[in-house]
Amino acid sequence: MSGTENQMTGAEIVLQALRDNGVEHIFGYPGGAVLPIYDEIFQQDDIEHILVRHEQGAGHMAEGYARSTGKVGVMLVTSGPGATNAVTPLQDALMDSIPLVCLTGQVPTTLIGSDAFQECDTVGITRPCTKHNWLVKDVNELARIIHEAFRVAQSGRPGPVVVDIPKDVQFATGTYTPPSAAPIQKSYQPKLQGDARQIEAAVQLMKTARRPIIYSGGGVVNSGPEASRLLRELVEITGFPITSTLMGLGAYPHSGKNWLGMLGMHGSYEANMAMHDCDVMVCIGARFDDRITGRLNAFSPNSKKIHIDIDPSSINKNVRVDIPILGDVGNVLEDMVRLWRAGSKDYDKTVQADWWTSITKWRARNSFAYKQSNDVIMPQYAIQRLYELTKDRDTYITTEVGQHQMWAAQFYGFEQPNRWMTSGGLGTMGYGFPAAIGVQVAHRDSLVIDIAGDASIQMCIQEMSCAVQYNLPVKIFILNNQYMGMVRQWQQLLHGNRLSNSYTEAMPDFVKLAEAYGGVGIACDKPGDLDAAIQEMIDVKRPVIFDCRVANLANCFPMIPSGKAHNEMLLPDEATDEAVANAIDAKGRQLV
Amino acid sequence: MNAHLQPTGSAYFIAKETQVAESHTLSILVDNEPGVLARVIGLFSGRGYNIESLTVSETEHEAHLSRITIVTRGTPGVLEQIKSQLERIVPVHRVVDLTVRAKAMGQERPIEREVALVKVTGSGEMRAETLRLADAFHAKVVDATVDHFIFEITGKSSKVDQFVAVMKPLGLSEVCRTGIAAMNRGPQGM
Repeated sequence: MSGTENQMTGAEIVLQALRDNGVEHIFGYPGGAVLPIYDEIFQQDDIEHILVRHEQGAGHMAEGYARSTGKVGVMLVTSGPGATNAVTPLQDALMDSIPLVCLTGQVPTTLIGSDAFQECDTVGITRPCTKHNWLVKDVNELARIIHEAFRVAQSGRPGPVVVDIPKDVQFATGTYTPPSAAPIQKSYQPKLQGDARQIEAAVQLMKTARRPIIYSGGGVVNSGPEASRLLRELVEITGFPITSTLMGLGAYPHSGKNWLGMLGMHGSYEANMAMHDCDVMVCIGARFDDRITGRLNAFSPNSKKIHIDIDPSSINKNVRVDIPILGDVGNVLEDMVRLWRAGSKDYDKTVQADWWTSITKWRARNSFAYKQSNDVIMPQYAIQRLYELTKDRDTYITTEVGQHQMWAAQFYGFEQPNRWMTSGGLGTMGYGFPAAIGVQVAHRDSLVIDIAGDASIQMCIQEMSCAVQYNLPVKIFILNNQYMGMVRQWQQLLHGNRLSNSYTEAMPDFVKLAEAYGGVGIACDKPGDLDAAIQEMIDVKRPVIFDCRVANLANCFPMIPSGKAHNEMLLPDEATDEAVANAIDAKGRQLV
Repeated sequence: MNAHLQPTGSAYFIAKETQVAESHTLSILVDNEPGVLARVIGLFSGRGYNIESLTVSETEHEAHLSRITIVTRGTPGVLEQIKSQLERIVPVHRVVDLTVRAKAMGQERPIEREVALVKVTGSGEMRAETLRLADAFHAKVVDATVDHFIFEITGKSSKVDQFVAVMKPLGLSEVCRTGIAAMNRGPQGM
């Protein structure tokens, strides 16, 4: 009988639409309003469902999965609390441009608005924390909307979307429309190709530069591996120095000779000084975030700025630029490299000689230096050893948020994109561990390490149970200093060292905690034992919590204190107690 | 008691705004689908932008397109951001800053009109005065009894403001305004 093969229930349509969009894994948690979909999941084998322990975990897993693979991450949660628990990862994905499709169950359409059990206004709550969202009221619209959800999530500037599906729509029978036949919303058509004249003008400007710098960001990673390759090619042919935001690490290799390290509040001295003193800045897929720019009216005062971004609202938002180029980083870089090559015979890299002399001088300041100890593990040393012992393996790193995150960014070298998962924009404590599980689901044989803090890890620790259930040998490497280290550092700097509620008096025994979940616990507090302990962690093919006891009061330097410019960094060797106490002068008091 | 201790700074960099705010009229063409108005006004409240006037109605029924007219106030930088942020909303087709376009054509502002219904109650001599003034403003009587008039008035917002002010001492009891409908002069479409 023709026509009837496309007749399905809403729940069947969901699964078929996921399959047709190439989904292999979803992260979720069942509940009353999604039971029909879970029943379909039970009766098929194409898509593996990972059962989380909290919906926030599902979202961060989907984010880690997406960022490490370049695919869309998919999560499935129930109505009401399921949906509200998903809000944090949705906002996280929105700020870091991670493609995420979140399917939520909803009470039956007839009960919407009646304050039914586990009802909430999901599309209302998630409207500001998604790129777009839909409430599906007609089963015949369901397939089209799910296909459109995948299109919106992954095209243009990627981001999270929500599809809210009432339970009666999941039960109802309707027509399935395959992706090829589904109409798209015409108002949303992101522009990928950059304006040729703007690119030409940018290349001309770059050729006149005496003190150029490339400042790249997460947009390069999002654009795909080809964009990273083109970025490397651009650096190679221009000879320009390059720095990157937290989100962009790995797009240009750590070992590359033009690499200046990360820039920004805890970035390297050479990167920040070069940003301040440059005459031409090429910003590629970054957004002039406040952690990057420091004091805006002192930000790179003498440079002409080129900005490549796919999102028009990122251009001229915080910093006015001279040549905006709207388009996908990969497409624009391709044009840029071609144009540069076409006219490069007359380009002489030695015009940058004085600039590189300055950079070499700044590099010699060794701004990530720290005082080594034989008795206590310095957190920086712990990351350095972790890097040395894992760099030749197939390794992925995620982090939580705080000092450990900055030390990981400073001391772990990334050679490839998609190897570094961190919560940059929202700064979500609790992100790293579930993200690592998501990465491990996509890369079963790789080494996946969550570099964590003792406070952050406790925000999503329940996912140990998930890691053990699915045999996902994720490693949690906790830099345990008993404090919310970054909070304590700010309290020391700005609030007279009044350490209000930043010390954790009742810390769990992380080794026993790991064992209670069925994982492996390792503790280490001596620098001399560290290598062997890390090696043990790597060799265990089970989830591990590594309790690395580090110096309690170490601060993260270098640092741009508030109200300061890039060239006013506080360097570690100058950061005496007195300098730290006086880092913010009287003028800083006016800063709210 | 010790003096209360104050922090010496903040984790954020806060810069003073130096640009001057101006009022602009934006036209936004959107798909008329559920939630689209919430997306637009949610953007304004969420990002701290102002709405001085808001008008919305479906303008092309077959295509399900609505036109939203918003009068907003901001510095040139903020106005540019508002336009870009609006363009990011999935069901938004076009955003035109009518004020920028009017200025490019050498005009102060686009054509901006507002309709108001104004109820005035009273009896005796005041009624004659009310009618005389309404006539001067080209306001139309759309409903009346021996105790009241309802006037319909169309014009610039300043004209409506003035009419309402004039009616105040004459027994003004109720005002309803549509908000601004706006369009650029000349043959060019949006």
